[in-house]
Amino acid sequence: MYQADISATKAFLKGIFERSTTPQGRAWLTQKTELVSSGSAKEKDFYLAFSAAPRFVGKEHLQLTEADLAQADALRAGFNPSRWTADQAARTLLLLSLPAQDADAFVKQVETLFGTADMGEQVALYGSLPLLPYPERFSKRASEGVRTNIGDVYEAVALDNPFPSEYMEEDAWNQLVLKTLFVGKPLYRIHGLDQRSNSELTRMLSDYAHERWAAGRPVSPELWRTVGPFIDEHTIHDIQRLFSQPDELEREAAALACAQSSFGPARELLNSHPDLKQQVESGELNWGYIGRNATMQEPYKVDRT
Amino acid sequence: MNTQNLMLIDPHIHMTSRTTDDYERMRKAGIVAIIEPAFWLGQPRTDVGSFKDYYSSLVGWERFRASQFGIKHYCTIGLNSKEANNEALAEQVMELLPLFIYKEGVVGVGEIGYDDQTPTEDKYYRLQLELAKETNMPVQIHTPHRDKKSGTIRSMEVSLEHGIAPDMVIVDHNNEETVKDVLDRGFWAAFTIYPNSKMGNERMVEVVKQYGTERIMVNSAADWGISDPLSVPKTAALMLERGISLEDVRKVCYQNALDAFGKSGQMHESDWLTPATVDQREKFSGSTVLRGGQTPVVGELENDEGEFGSKFIR
Repeated sequence: MYQADISATKAFLKGIFERSTTPQGRAWLTQKTELVSSGSAKEKDFYLAFSAAPRFVGKEHLQLTEADLAQADALRAGFNPSRWTADQAARTLLLLSLPAQDADAFVKQVETLFGTADMGEQVALYGSLPLLPYPERFSKRASEGVRTNIGDVYEAVALDNPFPSEYMEEDAWNQLVLKTLFVGKPLYRIHGLDQRSNSELTRMLSDYAHERWAAGRPVSPELWRTVGPFIDEHTIHDIQRLFSQPDELEREAAALACAQSSFGPARELLNSHPDLKQQVESGELNWGYIGRNATMQEPYKVDRT
Repeated sequence: MNTQNLMLIDPHIHMTSRTTDDYERMRKAGIVAIIEPAFWLGQPRTDVGSFKDYYSSLVGWERFRASQFGIKHYCTIGLNSKEANNEALAEQVMELLPLFIYKEGVVGVGEIGYDDQTPTEDKYYRLQLELAKETNMPVQIHTPHRDKKSGTIRSMEVSLEHGIAPDMVIVDHNNEETVKDVLDRGFWAAFTIYPNSKMGNERMVEVVKQYGTERIMVNSAADWGISDPLSVPKTAALMLERGISLEDVRKVCYQNALDAFGKSGQMHESDWLTPATVDQREKFSGSTVLRGGQTPVVGELENDEGEFGSKFIR
């Protein structure tokens, strides 16, 4: 019913949490997690502890080493707490301490939290989705998270989170990818992006690029990341246009997209740019590079033209 | 408007009923932090779900919306006196309050007190005083519009009866007739500056001249009615013009509100002086209202005394 070895995950989280809080914070959380897991806590005790966590454990950023990140990924593929804070880790530990034998009771308590959550609580709740039991019961909740208007909450559900790519319906997934571009957030931080590319998403992205071009606005080179395998007689014109853009990142994105395509005209386009082709083949050029550089460039960040 | 670049706090304003243009004007006029008390919406709610979503928006969306304009948003959570008269609903709302009292940015139980001074209002006022005592939170009292003087005294007497220290209670909507009773008992006295009713700011200047600045604060209580979200900066400017010292103006338009509501442990000057140390995720230019193409431009913010135009990109 869990998505990871729960006791190993809790031990790991507790370890990294304890490095970013005070002795008092550690003692407070130990007491509260024991109370919650004992099953003798009232619902109100759990809700109050969940709310009050930052007051007792603070909000320091977790300090993770490369080894910590590797361990997180080994415990649960895609689990990435690199941007988490102490209060977020504490809240996640409280969630993972809730008795979960009764699926309905568990889901009801988590949904009650979602229904009354402040911003920090929403971030913690959405960030915990890849670790919770009964993940399929939270698929619609994740789709709801993508509808948020609040930047930090959006990032918690959509970025560095393996849950959406594994549990969201295709329509909701496509909205997530499109909205991430729309609000100027980096695509390369969406987990499982390449695996879930699809032809409908390609159509939506191509339409969006046309809309931006028509308005004289820049198009993030990351947009083309999932398009490559689906290049056809329509989208090939978009790729042609990319190759003639003044921005080098866009030409590089065009080359990467062509390299992922088996469509003849796309292969020919790539062959006509031997320098770029060589960089793609050597691995020097990849989508991660495009993403990291695109987000550093102001024009792609937000619509401010 | 010359407030000599004072930082200002409006400790009572219902931003849910106001526009983003107001936020921009408030920020330019020097307001760095606001407190939004939970209140009624101009008509009675009929379902507990409406309360839940309202409280959620106070600690969620509204707090975030304010941050987009460089303003720190705090709130008080409570069942207002008008709606306390619907007993069946009030019972359910009382069950909700513990879910919200420890949320981030909640600085008190409020606004609570009396409206018609019915027995039902009294019952829920007392229950909420108990909640404030249990959670060690400040109390923000709404004093009645009608029968104000005796209602104000009754509000204070009942809170003393429940063992709440006067310095944990902010008594709101005072006037010349109530202020002495409030100050003499050791409570905080807040004044609401309205264009036509309650206090005008010329009267406010006189109150400060007569009573000093100890435990006195000024707010706008701006909402869905005729009211002015710039009441605090305008009053500050008028006080300076009328010869009240900068330090005294700072006390009634900033420091006293911070001292009173700061007792919640949820409101610190560092929240707006160095927001990054409080929560590095809450970068107010890095985290945007997610509506492509309509992001308010937020850059270097300066107090501005010129025309306040809206700067939306469309």
